[in-house]
Amino acid sequence: MTDQATQTAQSKHLKKRYRAEKRFKFFGLAAICSAAGILLVLLGGLTQMSIPAFTHHYVTLDIAIPETTIQAEQVTDLAAMRKVNWRGMVRQSLRNEFPEVTDRRGKRAIGNLLSGGAGDALRDKVLNYPTIIGSTVAVALPLSDDVDLLLKDLIDRSLPEENRVISDRELTFIDHLEAADRIDRRIAWFLFTSGDSREAEMAGLRSAAVGTLLTMLVTLLFSFPLGVMAAIYLEEIAPKNRLTDLIEVNINNLAAVPSIVFGLLGLAVFINFFHLPRSAPLVGGMVLALMTLPTIIIATRAALAAVPPSIREAALGVGASPIQVIFHHVLPLAMPGILTGTIIGLAQAAGETAPLLMIGMMAFIVDTPMWIDDKATVLPAQIYMWANNPERAFQAKTAAGIICLMVFLLLMNALAIYLRKKYEKRW
Amino acid sequence: MMLSTPKIKSSGIIVEYDGKRALHGIDLDIYPNEVAALIGPSGCGKSTFLRCINRMNDVIDNCKVSGRLMIDDTDVYDPEIDVVELRARVGMVFQKPNPFPKSIYDNVAYGPRIHGLTENKDDMDRIVKKSLKRAGLWDEVSERLDDKALGLSGGQQQRLCIARAIAVNPDILLMDEPCSALDPIATSIIEELINELRERFTIVIVTHSMQQAARVSQKTGYFHLGNVIEFGETNDIFTRPQNEQTEAYISGRIG
Repeated sequence: MTDQATQTAQSKHLKKRYRAEKRFKFFGLAAICSAAGILLVLLGGLTQMSIPAFTHHYVTLDIAIPETTIQAEQVTDLAAMRKVNWRGMVRQSLRNEFPEVTDRRGKRAIGNLLSGGAGDALRDKVLNYPTIIGSTVAVALPLSDDVDLLLKDLIDRSLPEENRVISDRELTFIDHLEAADRIDRRIAWFLFTSGDSREAEMAGLRSAAVGTLLTMLVTLLFSFPLGVMAAIYLEEIAPKNRLTDLIEVNINNLAAVPSIVFGLLGLAVFINFFHLPRSAPLVGGMVLALMTLPTIIIATRAALAAVPPSIREAALGVGASPIQVIFHHVLPLAMPGILTGTIIGLAQAAGETAPLLMIGMMAFIVDTPMWIDDKATVLPAQIYMWANNPERAFQAKTAAGIICLMVFLLLMNALAIYLRKKYEKRW
Repeated sequence: MMLSTPKIKSSGIIVEYDGKRALHGIDLDIYPNEVAALIGPSGCGKSTFLRCINRMNDVIDNCKVSGRLMIDDTDVYDPEIDVVELRARVGMVFQKPNPFPKSIYDNVAYGPRIHGLTENKDDMDRIVKKSLKRAGLWDEVSERLDDKALGLSGGQQQRLCIARAIAVNPDILLMDEPCSALDPIATSIIEELINELRERFTIVIVTHSMQQAARVSQKTGYFHLGNVIEFGETNDIFTRPQNEQTEAYISGRIG
């Protein structure tokens, strides 16, 4: 009787335990699912928003390039090339498609269908193929951002004319060109090959991407050696006393300092005191290096501490000096962890904007920076500036910029995983 | 045997961790070409004493060693002495096999390389071969010297560690429970090896197995709570211990 009672009590208890465990598993699963769901919505939304930015509409026109405009041997002469009215030429060619339009307004409306960069497209074509001078060639010219949006169905034709950026008359021109099969959709390579622009259909990420790369290079060169050496000293060499404890606490605190503070520091010290150039990847990289240092130091110390003491003992036992133990055995074994920490720190820095605000890297930069003292901006700053532009075409461009930044960070993280797997040794 | 001078002469070695005494003045004489086994319950200080001989305790923070420890005519705790040189003379094998995560060849070659013992690759090859042969591992690994050392079995790894220790040509080998992580077959191979190595080296071995101490050693010391209770010929210790505590331990009543 009592045995049975204990048994039922036991089985009751067991059931309760199973239920509790199931419940716990369910909560865990629910947490993962909601996190994944949020991420999917975010990524999906961004991708969908960015898709229009990766293509652009071009109109193909037959343009006559008379020898009177420029000589074939002059194409490399910048001044001579600049004198030619390329913009006028492309606008005139488009107007020639509509001989019935004679009024000034109509003519101007036709010209405005083209992008402000359409003339440059013709100029580049002549520059690359000087042999076409003196003949008539078909050239694909970018349309303006509003026309592009209309053709992507992002501007509603059914709206009343006064609420629409494209007038009824412009609509008829566009329809005419489409009917003549002059318009086609192409991949918008300029998104990657050109710098920033006020015109949405000419703005690209190139200058910002190169700026980010140069900034990251500076960050890596400053933070990696400094961080790793500091960590080795603190973890392996320094005596454990109050001073080193204090340093350790401060390094950990440094990791939690708001990034804008580092920007202020960079402005006050690097620019105002050392007179380093403003808006340059050199200063940006140094500021971000300061920000990355605690991450690298903490990761390196953890990696060093994770090397089993038996390896140190083995090396000491055969007569290696403490420094030889570090450089021959401990450091190589800690390398995967150090690299992972460094790349994660760099990826964090690559997504940072606040400190760069203070040192002038949030700037409109058209030219691609060639070296670390050139004026430059970075990808997240570029995204922020695009997001602030009023033109509708910049909405998609902003999303596209975010996607590019995320791909950039994803590649960096993939590199971290690859390096870790490659150099990881089991013991 | 007693007429020769001791290889290791410890007089009044005291070890303190954070001011707490772990060893209360150890006096031991260990003679050349003999195997001295240190036995005793866990925490009795036998490993601590072993680590005093090659100053491995130096790397532990707050560890203070006083007393006098001589190897031949050298005072091990002389501030002038070069610890790195000392450790080249006193090899050590640890409880858990701890080969470097490198190739078998590099494991053995590491010591000679950092001490600059060789002029060229041929010399190094010779040292590696000789050391592996002495450690009884050559026949098993001669075909795969470039393989990872961690691919070897536990017993092979421990013999590799012995080869690594003897590659720098030490006089003394310290062994800290070298067989505790090994199976009986690997253990018996290592024990045979210890017997052979005795011809060239003075060996101090810490062990938890009294049978092992009886099998491999000529001298045995019984440690208890940081003191040497009894030290003498292994035969005497195991057959007619002078001290009650020793007797209680070896007969299995305590420990």
